Order: sequence, then C-alpha cells, then structure tokens
Amino acid sequence: MNKFDTFTGLVAPLDRANVDTDAIIPKQFLKSIKRSGFGQNLFDEWRYLDHGEPGMDSAQRQINPEFVLNLPRYQRAEILLTRANFGCGSSREHAPWSLQDYGFRVIIAPSFADIFFNNCFKIGLLPIVLDAAIVDRLFEEVKQKEGYRLTVDLQKQAVVTADDQNYVFEVDAFRKHCLLNGLDEIGLTLQHAQKIKQFEQKRRTEQPWLFA
Amino acid sequence: MKRTLYDKLWDQHVVHTESADPNSMALVYIDRHLVHEVTSPQAFESLKLAGRKPWRLNSILAVADHNVPTTDRSHGIHDPISRLQVDTLDQNCDELGITEFKMQDVRQGIVHVIGPEQGATLPGMTVVCGDSHTSTHGAFGCLAFGIGTSEVEHVLATQCLLMKKSKSMRISVEGELGFGVTAKDIALAIIGEIGTAGGTGYAIEFSGSAIRALSMEGRMTLCNMAIEAGARAGMVAVDDTTIKYIKGRPFAPRDDLWEQAVPYWRTLHSDADAVFNRTVTLEAADISPQVTWGTSPEMVTTIDGKVPDPALIADEVKRHDMQHALDYMGLQANTPIQQIYLDKVFIGSCTNSRIEDLRAAAGIINGKHIAANIKQALVVPGSGLVKQQAEQEGLDKIFRAAGFEWREPGCSMCLAMNDDRLVAGERCASTSNRNFEGRQGPGGRTHLVSPVMAAAAAVAGHFVDVRGLSGFAK
Repeated sequence: MNKFDTFTGLVAPLDRANVDTDAIIPKQFLKSIKRSGFGQNLFDEWRYLDHGEPGMDSAQRQINPEFVLNLPRYQRAEILLTRANFGCGSSREHAPWSLQDYGFRVIIAPSFADIFFNNCFKIGLLPIVLDAAIVDRLFEEVKQKEGYRLTVDLQKQAVVTADDQNYVFEVDAFRKHCLLNGLDEIGLTLQHAQKIKQFEQKRRTEQPWLFA
Repeated sequence: MKRTLYDKLWDQHVVHTESADPNSMALVYIDRHLVHEVTSPQAFESLKLAGRKPWRLNSILAVADHNVPTTDRSHGIHDPISRLQVDTLDQNCDELGITEFKMQDVRQGIVHVIGPEQGATLPGMTVVCGDSHTSTHGAFGCLAFGIGTSEVEHVLATQCLLMKKSKSMRISVEGELGFGVTAKDIALAIIGEIGTAGGTGYAIEFSGSAIRALSMEGRMTLCNMAIEAGARAGMVAVDDTTIKYIKGRPFAPRDDLWEQAVPYWRTLHSDADAVFNRTVTLEAADISPQVTWGTSPEMVTTIDGKVPDPALIADEVKRHDMQHALDYMGLQANTPIQQIYLDKVFIGSCTNSRIEDLRAAAGIINGKHIAANIKQALVVPGSGLVKQQAEQEGLDKIFRAAGFEWREPGCSMCLAMNDDRLVAGERCASTSNRNFEGRQGPGGRTHLVSPVMAAAAAVAGHFVDVRGLSGFAK
C-alpha cells in the first residue's frame, strides 16, 4: 500500500444518497481476476449511454454528457463529495479499486456503509465522515466555484478549504498509522503469529469439533 | 457482567488487542472461511506473490456460485471471462489443497446455502466470506460477516482479521405471524422501519417469540437481509431448532464431539438482563406481506399499499431520490401495489432458495399456470442437494407444469453475472435481496417479495395479496 500524504485536490460532487456498490462498479466487471483497470468502468451505467461489457474500449463508448464526472470542470478530480450511506450493498472491493483506479484518493460523505468503509482503508483510499451540515456547505461551495479544491491533512485529521476553514474528522489511530506509513496489515498481523498459534491450540483443546 | 450473544461470540475470538480501550482494533480469530470465485482470485494471487500459504486449510470451503450457468452444464461455461474466473478458483483450490465443491458436484450451490446444509456453519463460530450476505450464517448463533478481497487474503494468510467491535442492536419480533406472512416480510418490514443504514455500525440480534418460532430456513432469510439494513452481522440465539437442524450433517461433529459441543452451543444466547446499544420492537401481527417499489430495500410497502408520492416528502434530498427511483422503476405515484404488472418472476438467491422456500412457492402454484403476460418464470434452487430434495418431493413437476423453468443451482438472476437477467424496462417479482438499479440486468426493475408472494404474482400476472387466495391455507 502507498503512503497517504497530505495533498490538495479537485473536488467532484455526486449529489445522491445510498450510492450502492452495484452503481459504483456493475457486476459484469467483477468477472476480472485482476486488481487493476476498473477505473474506466466506475459508475458505468451513469457515465455512459451505451451498455458496457468487459473488454470494450472505453474511448469508443458513448459518454453521458450530463453525468457529473463527465463535466469538463470535474476532470482529474481526486476528492469525491457525496451523500449518506455511500457504498451500501455488496462487499466487492472492486468498488474502492475502481474509485482509486479512476484517480480518487478521498471520499467525503456524512456516512458510509460498513464493509465499503473498511475496504477503503485496506487499499489506501481514505473515506472521511463529516457532519451532514458541513457536507451540505461543501456541496454548495463546490457547485458555485469552478476549480474548487480541498486539502486533506491526515496527520492533523483535517479537511481544509482554500479560505482556511478547517473541518476536523475522526479516524481510528491504527488505521491512520497504517495509511501514513503505507504498512502491510498482513505483515503486521504475522508479528503476532506466535500468539495466534497459542490461541488456536487452546481453542483446539476446548472446542475440538471445530478442527475435526 | 451480563453479556449479549454478540459479546460472547466476540470474547471467544479475540486473540490480541492493541490496548484496553474497547474501541481499539482487535485481532479476531476466524473459524470458517467460505470462498467463491468472484472475490478470491486477487487474494490468492497476492498471497502467492508474497510467498505465503493458507494458515489453516481445513477452515476453508470453496464453491463457484456467482458465474455458473443454471442451464445445462455438461458443456461447461460458454462465456470465456466467466469461465476463466471459475477455472481460476478450481486451480487455486487444487494447487493449495482446499476443499471445493466443483460445478458438476451435487453439493455445489450458493455459498450461503451450502455452508449450513453441509454443517460447515456451526454455532459459536466466526464465519467469513468475501460476500456481504455472509450475515446469513448468523442464524446459527455464530458471528458471520462479509469481507473484502484484502481481508480474504488476510484470513488466508493469518486466520485472523483486524477489526473493531460493533455496537449491539436487538430487534425483537413478538407474537404470532399472520397467515401468509414470512421471514422475508419480517426482514423487509424491519428495513422499512430502520432504513438501509439503520444497522450501520451494529451487530443485530433478532429475538422474540416470532423469531423463535421460525425454522432455520426462515432465520437464515432474516439474517441474510441484516446487511440490507446496514448491519454486517445478524444473529439468532441457539435453541432446539438450531441443534436439530445441524445433527447428522456431513461436516457437523458426531458421537463424543457432538456430546461435547451441544452443551456449549446452548450457552449461545444473550443473558437475560444484557444491555444493547439500541432496541427495536415489532409486533408480528402488524406485519403484512411486503413489496418493494423503489431501488433500495427500504423503499418498501405492504401489499395493500400504494406507490408513495414524492410531492408529500419535505426533505429535498429524499424527495429527489424518491422521484429518481420512481422514474427508474417506471411507476406513477399513488399506484396501488396490486396494479403493478410483471414481466418476469425469479424464485431463488441466498435469501430464498432453500427447500422450505420452494415448498411454499409450489404450494401456491400447484395446479395453476403462470399468467399470459409473464415472459419468464425461473426457479433456481440454492444447491444441488436442495434441487434433488425438491425433485424427490415432486416440486419440479409442479413448477414445470405451471410454466416455470426449473434450473441448476447458483446465484443466477439475483445479480445477473451469468446469462439469467432482465432486459431494460422489464419488471420482475424477485425473492432476492437487492432492488438496486441494474442489479438484475441493466435497466431491469426489481420488486423484492417473499416466495409465496412471487408465486402468487406469477399466477396472477400482477401483485396480489397471498392472504386472499382461495385454496391457500396454512
């Protein structure tokens, strides 16, 4: 996983609540056995007017000019601003993969679905929860002002506007540590290998039917 | 200290915590790892690249379910991309020595059907799978939840997961369910009540006399839908129904081990005065057959209800979302649900494809025929063994005679990764779990219902109140 550094990025607003993982990356693209290349099919059914299937050349497809990510002012956005319960539905990690592959590094919403939220941290994509009122304000600002950018400072746990408004967010200390240092969680867990073995041995004695 | 069922399951599995703070990350041991073809290939690849091996092979059970065809399988899978994904699972399992039920094996089926069917899901376990409907297994008094691919790799490599403890919610359903009302209706009524994000951050325990009265199939349907209420895990306490279901199943303990396991399993319930972070109570008698009208499971009403009117919604975001959903669904505000006509009917999915579901649907269909406007009606059993059992009982003949197609087991039209799908604009009564845009095929329109409601709709051609059908009795 790459280290998460402080950065300033263009914001794109996706003004919908309950955006589900089927909308983020439709199922036909889940047939891939690879981890990359999903960005071109992010929000496929909203982004294109024709029906997408794996293997299609996205440059040849019919773009939906009205979809927010297709508007010229939001090209190369790195921060997605959206509404409550983002990422609900399936556990597919293809959803965070596609957002990251597209170029997003941060998703800001009033709330996220649990599994999606968790999956994001595993790949270095940062989901930030801000109060619904603050999200409302950011929506107004991003829609009013072309080229609207925000700075995300994970060390300070703050989203900072161009006019220096600071919106502090919560993040679990362990997850923050992993993101800032680009740590491999499996490697960290295996430092406890001895403890896992002892636990397993005890369990094998107490509940042998689990190991039959 | 009085503990909830969730507390007990959690405490049993914590290997290590970073600090005494109950909100800190814990390393949690995983007893059972179910694997399917869609969310595992990248995990196996990364594991291999890192030079790692699975920690405990006999904790893993694998099956291909999402991509498999439900028609004749003797020639394999014709879609090369789907075939590659299934072949990749087969290769990974063969290479590493993982138990897998391959496509031609009679035990193959939907991962959340075969785990319990085989006795691979047992009370007191932690059960994970790279699939959000893993919550299904909580019906057995275990802690079961869906994970992403990075976590699949983490469990393969370490037999553990790093996680935080959730908050606890108890949803009690008291009293007796009305005639024609099922576990699916309880699930949808709960989601209608608390919303699709109502359970976010919680582990839900379903309790109360109406839940205790449910069969294991019904409890699985209910726990399956916990994720549609936003909760990663749903669970039901162990009782005689649980233990009776497990006894004699292939992976279940026998003889001395059985005698040793059962007393422990009987401790798997919340203590009488255990405290939950949130409590919700529903009266079973108040629950009617449910039908969703929108593109989220919380967009639901009763069979005697109407499509809601966005004009009456004050909140701007909600009004906009409702209008968007009605536009997608091709529905007018205030249309009575019973006047919604259908094109297709799907009976299947990890929510409702077990033998009890098929029996209930066949009970409605028996001696009748699907309506002229129904272009296709599918029954997709949850596993090869469910199919076999149903055939022994003659259910396949009832469905076929009524104009249903009787298929091979798999996820099928619940998410349309194989050839079973809606075409744009088609409207389907479905026993599955998600009515998201495009879920059953691009532009497809899904209404979630119980198996008996789907069967009744197939016969009538539109939604009808199953409680009013002549000849339908308990």
